[in-house]
Amino acid sequence: MNNSLIEVHQLSKTYKVADKEPGFKGTVQHFFNRKMQEVPAVKNVNFSINKGEMVGFLGANGAGKTTILKMLCGLIYPTSGYVLVGGHSPQRRQEDFLKKITLVMGQKQQLIWDLPPMDSLQVNAAIYGVQEKEAKKRINDLAEMLEIGEELTRPVRKLSLGQRMKAELLASLIHNPSVLFLDEPTLGLDINAQSRVRSFLAEYNRKTGATVLLTSHYMADITALCPRVLCIHKGELFYDGGLESLTNKLSPKREVTFELKSKSKPEDFLGYGVLQQHSNNVVTLLIPKNELTSMVSKLLTNFDILDLEINDPPIDEVIGKLFNSGSLE
Amino acid sequence: MESRGSSLHGYGGIMKRYLKTIILFWNTSLAVQLEYQLNFAIELIAMIGTLSGSIFILSLFFTQNNTLGGWSWEAALVVQGIYTLLDGVTNTWLRPNLTEIVNYVREGTLDFVLIKPIDSQFWLSTRTLSPAGIPEITLGLFLIFWALKKSGAIIGLKTLISSSVMLLTGIIILYSLWFLIAATSIWFVKTWNATEVLRAILAAGRFPISAYPTTLRLIFTLLIPITFLTTVPANMFLGREDIHMMLLGISLAIIFFYISRLFWLFAVKHYTSASS
Repeated sequence: MNNSLIEVHQLSKTYKVADKEPGFKGTVQHFFNRKMQEVPAVKNVNFSINKGEMVGFLGANGAGKTTILKMLCGLIYPTSGYVLVGGHSPQRRQEDFLKKITLVMGQKQQLIWDLPPMDSLQVNAAIYGVQEKEAKKRINDLAEMLEIGEELTRPVRKLSLGQRMKAELLASLIHNPSVLFLDEPTLGLDINAQSRVRSFLAEYNRKTGATVLLTSHYMADITALCPRVLCIHKGELFYDGGLESLTNKLSPKREVTFELKSKSKPEDFLGYGVLQQHSNNVVTLLIPKNELTSMVSKLLTNFDILDLEINDPPIDEVIGKLFNSGSLE
Repeated sequence: MESRGSSLHGYGGIMKRYLKTIILFWNTSLAVQLEYQLNFAIELIAMIGTLSGSIFILSLFFTQNNTLGGWSWEAALVVQGIYTLLDGVTNTWLRPNLTEIVNYVREGTLDFVLIKPIDSQFWLSTRTLSPAGIPEITLGLFLIFWALKKSGAIIGLKTLISSSVMLLTGIIILYSLWFLIAATSIWFVKTWNATEVLRAILAAGRFPISAYPTTLRLIFTLLIPITFLTTVPANMFLGREDIHMMLLGISLAIIFFYISRLFWLFAVKHYTSASS
């Protein structure tokens, strides 16, 4: 009917959780009379994703991102609603479906700890039924893209976190999946390793046309990779659209910082915008986007300005505010 | 015709894929264990200790009257040999794999198993192979044939086949019971205690079942079929074939295996995956 690859309809998941009071009394109570509570982790979520898209999940810890991701790859059964990925119902875990997807988790690893990654790669190739010759070719291609080589024949326990993550990616991609589910793939990596993983994912998407779904705590991952984002708060989807229009909606203002030749008083800037910072000669104003050009030209004519800079407010801050409130208002 | 041919080819392909996988599973797990040579040596010593202990206990039983539940010393030694063999199989195959299920669930690495296009029960049941039980298997076999020779039993081809079938039946029952308990870790996470209880009960299988009181005998035959683990195969080796017990054992093995399978598929539906 349409060309969407992933179809999510009224998806909900409720967990049963036992709470425990602190202390000995709580422990006794917890052992004998466990009070189970129903905690809704995901509530009536709808979205669809087209082939080849790169989509980021945004949300605070415990917002339900990982739960949605796990329902998409069939690990968890939905309480209600349904998911379709490439026409498959993921929880049935048909081989055809499983051969098309992959899951990478930043905090869990599938590589065998005491052996070199190459051994784990061979096991995975056998499981996915990839012929040896083909597997060798894929390993070479991916290793080149990931800039990893001799590390593949060194025990995993001797590898750095960054090298291990690259090897994990290789192990997860050996069967040439067309849908990638990535849960915090850059967790704990240093800046260099992060950006290398990022550029690899972008290249993989470009070369293979694979669809990529990604959750991350690092906004840089999302801004670099995902033109589209889904925002989740307490299990509910409250934004689905472009990252740029999200930041525009959230912060319809620009930060204008300028340096003056002579000293000024805070009162001088009344009527130009919201004063953010005023110290000696440096002033920062928040100016609505639609008035930006007129206000800047006004400032330039009325003041003796040495230097001027216009910025977006930092995206991390904007998103942080968003997580706390859980709405766009 | 065409579709039939292709489906046959498909089955062949799947078999080949599983065979290749299991070879790599065992290759890698042996490679991992070679890292721990000292551990292996200690296990070997511990095993010899347990074995000589149980032979000593067995010999005490026969100092008063020379039979145990109607079994001669040599015949009871066949039971002991089969028990040792099964214990070896347990240490080589069942324990390394099935106790690991708890860790898969607790650490959430079961995610990686469930996401693979391979049967998850197959993965969890065959992932590792430990050489630790191989000496026990060898000793068990040696005990069986030595005791048989002493008891004067004649082992023909028919005896060998029927006793092998019943040994296999016993192993399948043991596996299914154990897997069933291990599968409950999906809900309870830690089930090590439960598997220890199972192991303790199974230790009852080191003596002929007729040495126990009637009620226990009934429980050990139908509820927890220990009878089929050691006593029935021993009877086969000793030439006391009993077609009824054979059929009952084989039926129980099929039923238990089927239940373990259904239960696993049911359990996986309730898997919630460790949070991250």
